[in-house]
Amino acid sequence: MTPADTLRFATRAASGYPLRTALMVLAMSIGVAAVVVLTALGDGARRYVVNEFSALGSNLVIVLPGRTATGGFGLGNLVTSTPRDLTVRDAQALLRAPLVTRMAPLSVGNSEIAWGGRLREAMVVGTSGDYVDIRAFRMAEGNFLPREDLGRATAVAVLGTKIRDEIFGSEPAIGRIVRVGDRRLRVIGVLGKTGQGLGMNTDELVFVPVATAQAMFNTNNLFRIIVEARSRDAIAPAKQQLEDIMRLRRDGELDVTLITQDAVLGTFDRILGALTLAVAGIAAISLAVAGILVMNVMLVAVTQRTAEIGLLKALGATGRNIRLAFLTEAALLSLAGAITGFALGHLGAWGLRLAFPVLPAWPPDWAVFAGIGTALTTGILFGVMPARRAARLDPVQALSRR
Amino acid sequence: MAQIELTGIERVFTLGDSEVHALHELSVSIDSGEYVAVMGPSGSGKSTLLNLLGLLDRPNAGTYRLEGRDVTTLSPDEQAEVRRTRIGFVFQSFHLVPRLTAAENVALPLMLAGIPPAERHARVAQALKDFGLETRAHHRPDELSGGQRQRVAIARATIMRPAVILADEPTGNLDRSTGQDVTHLLEDLNAAGVTLIVVTHDPVMGGRARRRLMMEDGRLLHDVREPAPVP
Repeated sequence: MTPADTLRFATRAASGYPLRTALMVLAMSIGVAAVVVLTALGDGARRYVVNEFSALGSNLVIVLPGRTATGGFGLGNLVTSTPRDLTVRDAQALLRAPLVTRMAPLSVGNSEIAWGGRLREAMVVGTSGDYVDIRAFRMAEGNFLPREDLGRATAVAVLGTKIRDEIFGSEPAIGRIVRVGDRRLRVIGVLGKTGQGLGMNTDELVFVPVATAQAMFNTNNLFRIIVEARSRDAIAPAKQQLEDIMRLRRDGELDVTLITQDAVLGTFDRILGALTLAVAGIAAISLAVAGILVMNVMLVAVTQRTAEIGLLKALGATGRNIRLAFLTEAALLSLAGAITGFALGHLGAWGLRLAFPVLPAWPPDWAVFAGIGTALTTGILFGVMPARRAARLDPVQALSRR
Repeated sequence: MAQIELTGIERVFTLGDSEVHALHELSVSIDSGEYVAVMGPSGSGKSTLLNLLGLLDRPNAGTYRLEGRDVTTLSPDEQAEVRRTRIGFVFQSFHLVPRLTAAENVALPLMLAGIPPAERHARVAQALKDFGLETRAHHRPDELSGGQRQRVAIARATIMRPAVILADEPTGNLDRSTGQDVTHLLEDLNAAGVTLIVVTHDPVMGGRARRRLMMEDGRLLHDVREPAPVP
């Protein structure tokens, strides 16, 4: 019996009992569809969170003064006790790292902003012109801070959208001179609405050049330095380069802490990835159940077709012929179920995306392959036993059945 | 040399704790081209004999030589090969596969033998034509009359050009006139040189055979030969 004939014979056998085949395919397809939809949901949630984090700006390394890790007993530890300040010079030095594209120092303080008799408490952030690109902010009006020497204390300010609304109301803000603390600054831009990020509500911030802020608060300290690495893969080596630079500047002692955005992101990625796997596992149980169903259906088929099997043996079919025919039939049922389930699952994921547009509910490739693979494997595995039973039937007894 | 040679065949079935001798010390030889009727009451062992001859069953003792070859010791796959190429079966209840058309049923042995589709179609078409079934080729068994079904079954049994045709009550499920048609069909095949062995209750059909094996309790009671066929 040629493989093509076996396939044709099995197809005819499967299509010869349409109800049984339809139910079987349905059971298998529900299992596969469950895997596809649930992993789409899980992976969609993971991607949603990752996207939200990426909105912070991508590939960031944040440098903060001080050290969180407890150092061991060493010469450096003996000599110094207080961490040195993080300065604008440090920030500029960090740009020497080859894997770093952009850098923005942050100097933060509380002050007040006043214009036209209105006065408001506001957090003032001193930074550089690159900050807007690192954080991928959108400007509502005007421009962000000028790209200039970090030592220049230009008298300009960029307002968060909420500050602008509360101080200026419906009047235009660009070009107005506002008082921030003891300084008079010209408003050159307004940020678009962004919301929460890095623990600060950007809409309620006033941005000024870093030198202006340091003069205002009478300090040389930086609150943070935000560094952008060339790419996601470059984050870890860039962090190493930054540490080397800082260590060099601090006589061999690393008294700053570097946090990668990736570390935070990675944690979420792992948690939600594990969740997706767990959900896929639960859905896979339904596939195993479908596999048992395949076995059951095939066992019934063997009983139903006992006379036919006897006849085939009388016509000279070998045990192998019959085993292959039944195994092929089980595989065909599973394949049809897997394909239908794949289509159903994608339909379900499409429905999810339609219902929740923010959720990128695309089933991951591995889940699709795993789902279909498991369906085929269970179908065939559970098809082996009935096929063997069919092949072992005694032809005399099989033929005596009507 | 005889085509079929059975010597000292024993076939014992165990039913609960009692042993039933379905065949006991049976020795018979049948020449190529013979027309043999196996007759006897129910339980006389005639179906068991037919199953043994068709290699569907194995004897507990004794040897079965088919065309000079001891076939009792063959492996199941080798026996399947012998069944496929040398033996054709015709059953009382036709045993057609219900979901396959007449043509597909006839093609089954060719398919099992791995004969390419083109040759298969030609041979099936010829066989259906020979048996007057060309208009029923694409009908399923449930759309055929009893006589047509048995003709499909006979076409299937002969499509591999076997040396022996084993028929188990081939007219048992047919009315008198279609039964006669089928009998004539089988006899025509026999006349063309195929050994025909028929198990039957029907004394009329048995009477047409040139040789009758009368069975009782697993033994051969009479072996009656007639010199010439009844015209």
